[in-house]
Amino acid sequence: MVKLREHKKETENKAIEKLAAPAKVYIPLSQHIGKPCEPLVKAGDYVHLGQKIAAAQANVYSPIHSSVSGKVAGIQDWPHPVLGRCRAIVIENDGLDKLPGSQACRPSEEINSLGPDKVRDAVLEAGIVGMGGASFPSHIKLNPPKPVDTLIVNGAECEPYLTGDYRLMVERTEEILKGIELIAKCLGVKNVIIGIEDNKPEAIEIFSRKSQVTGPMAMVCFPTGKAASYKIKVLKSQYPQGGEKQLILNVLGKEVPSGKLPFEIGVVVHNVSTVFAIYEAVYCGKPLYERVVTVAGSCVSNPGNFLARIGTPFKDLIDPRGLKEEPAKIIVGGPMMGIAQFDDKTPVIKSTTGILLYSKKEALLNEELACIRCGACVRECPAFLMPTLISLASKKGLWPQAKVYGASDCIECGICSYVCPSNIRLVQHIKRAKLEVAR
Amino acid sequence: MKNKLTVNISPHLHNNESVSKIMWIVGISLIPAGAAGVIIFGLNALTVMILGILSALVTEWLMQLLAKRRITILDGSAFLTGLLLAYNLPPGVPLWLPAAGSFFAIAIGKQVFGGLGQNIFNPALVGRVFLMASWPKYMTTFTKPLNFDAVTSATPLAVLRESGVIENISYLDLFLGRRGGCIGEVCILALVAGALFLFWKGYISWHIPVTYTAVFAAFVYAFGGDGLFRGDWFFHILTGGLILGAFFMATDYVTSPLTRKGQVIFGAGCGILTAVIRLWGGYPEGVSYAILMMNAATPIIDRFTRNRIYGTMIPVNRK
Repeated sequence: MVKLREHKKETENKAIEKLAAPAKVYIPLSQHIGKPCEPLVKAGDYVHLGQKIAAAQANVYSPIHSSVSGKVAGIQDWPHPVLGRCRAIVIENDGLDKLPGSQACRPSEEINSLGPDKVRDAVLEAGIVGMGGASFPSHIKLNPPKPVDTLIVNGAECEPYLTGDYRLMVERTEEILKGIELIAKCLGVKNVIIGIEDNKPEAIEIFSRKSQVTGPMAMVCFPTGKAASYKIKVLKSQYPQGGEKQLILNVLGKEVPSGKLPFEIGVVVHNVSTVFAIYEAVYCGKPLYERVVTVAGSCVSNPGNFLARIGTPFKDLIDPRGLKEEPAKIIVGGPMMGIAQFDDKTPVIKSTTGILLYSKKEALLNEELACIRCGACVRECPAFLMPTLISLASKKGLWPQAKVYGASDCIECGICSYVCPSNIRLVQHIKRAKLEVAR
Repeated sequence: MKNKLTVNISPHLHNNESVSKIMWIVGISLIPAGAAGVIIFGLNALTVMILGILSALVTEWLMQLLAKRRITILDGSAFLTGLLLAYNLPPGVPLWLPAAGSFFAIAIGKQVFGGLGQNIFNPALVGRVFLMASWPKYMTTFTKPLNFDAVTSATPLAVLRESGVIENISYLDLFLGRRGGCIGEVCILALVAGALFLFWKGYISWHIPVTYTAVFAAFVYAFGGDGLFRGDWFFHILTGGLILGAFFMATDYVTSPLTRKGQVIFGAGCGILTAVIRLWGGYPEGVSYAILMMNAATPIIDRFTRNRIYGTMIPVNRK
């Protein structure tokens, strides 16, 4: 765990700004972990805002919805921020945002009487996936194969530059709390903990306002006052505090067994943005067709947080911000785990937390030198691995050795590469070993 | 914008540390000890230092040229090896000696293993023991401190070995370096100042040097006197190359263990071996051999001190 230079100042006080939808959206058919969707529409069809346009026959999947109203221009191969390329449904926006009939909010009595199955169905139908970056279908996490007793809400947002989760926490506190209550009820858990890093004092203050006791683990009641209360856990601002396994360790003092999922120890973790999306889906029947995206980096004149439609090409998000200089690198996500992009036509998808524009100087890559065994990677690895040993084994193609060193337990957080004075691309070598070990 | 974007794997952030930055900062931390050596023993000490460094740089360049490796003589590591070797030499040695020592240190101690990061033994110490074995006469002839007529004198540890009694020399003289000895090892004050600087920069941690010194002191206190627990441990810390060795040579990243646990074991091993050599061995001084022996033990220490991986009960399989 290390303290990073956060670069959050430039956007953390910028309120979420709703963006006009672009003239054309490119909605990829795979935006989740699991089976890719098949289109339900064809070229020439008219689609409404929020209409389901793609789905799959599988357990692990998440349907996809139109983020504008207008005519389907076609289905074509298009750049994808994670997969490189993927088939995408192209829709020409007619600018009317026509809804498919009435998208009425559910009355509160109805919400209170919703059973867990109904909540899960609503979440599945709304196409909600983990919005912190992992994009695992959320309805599955609402239905763990074993009973769980603890819900952790991830408000750590430990990646530098990104402030979208933070803005949601301060601007939509009430909605997030209602969403948390919903999830807690659905999972049948009494123990609810919201983990927030101490670099977000305003969010901590807002969430603990109703608390009777002060302190890092004060109990607070939910707005509807029905279900149990929740606790706030103030976490140190350290990367990767928001990594699921690290969060569980630092909040509960428990470790998730190697190769297992958190539900095995009775825990489910949801990101605050996901919680907000679940609130919108269940309370307002709104599918996941837009999300908050932080646009930042030294090349941007006016950085900020924007509510962008899924399928918006990055160019449409970047250009109105103004550029100080031509970016030499475009990163989707945070700087530690984000993915460098080939193209600025790539669209925003459900897991796009931010877009960072790096200058030429920041994009420079240093030459990889020999390991001097300084041990920095060993000391900082949040999975307690010995990254340099895995990397060495990987470079030599010694896959059994890499396996013994625990390559498959790597969470790819990037700390080892960040601290390496020899600029060794440890994550790259370890990722390679992970793939080989999994074979 | 197309085709001009840099695409590489994450992370896209670095803490701006580099090998050469670390090496040069360690070099800076050694300046006080070198300056003290020149004040105490005269300009001859400076010449020895310069020749040690020059020979190290030239050897590194030649070896890399011959092996068709990238020339990295400016990364500070060869400079450091040459400097540390010179610090381990008596001030009055013939001027070809530091050159020969640095040549051996870089060529045999480092480059034959594959260069920086690949060597098993601390290169400067390899150079020193090579000189000790080849030209023991020059390596054990010390000049008197603060007397620039090259009058020879014995080191306090040599006196102790010869006569069995501790020379009448005050702790203060030892602390300031008013004694016979190697160029960079005599002034404890300067060494401690440099070490504190390195602690502050975070480039060394207490695990090796403090464990080394403490275990050594405890051992000497227990077994170094007439009867148990009567040894003059303070005298032993201040003399010989203990502080130079513990804080600047045993802490060499390449040749010491990776984990903190391993480093504590390494430090303790160095402490015990140094004490055993000094008290019962054939040499008055044991720091070099102790560190080299523990360098050899580093791979096995590493193997048995691997971290416990998150989510597993036991340390990684010790295959």
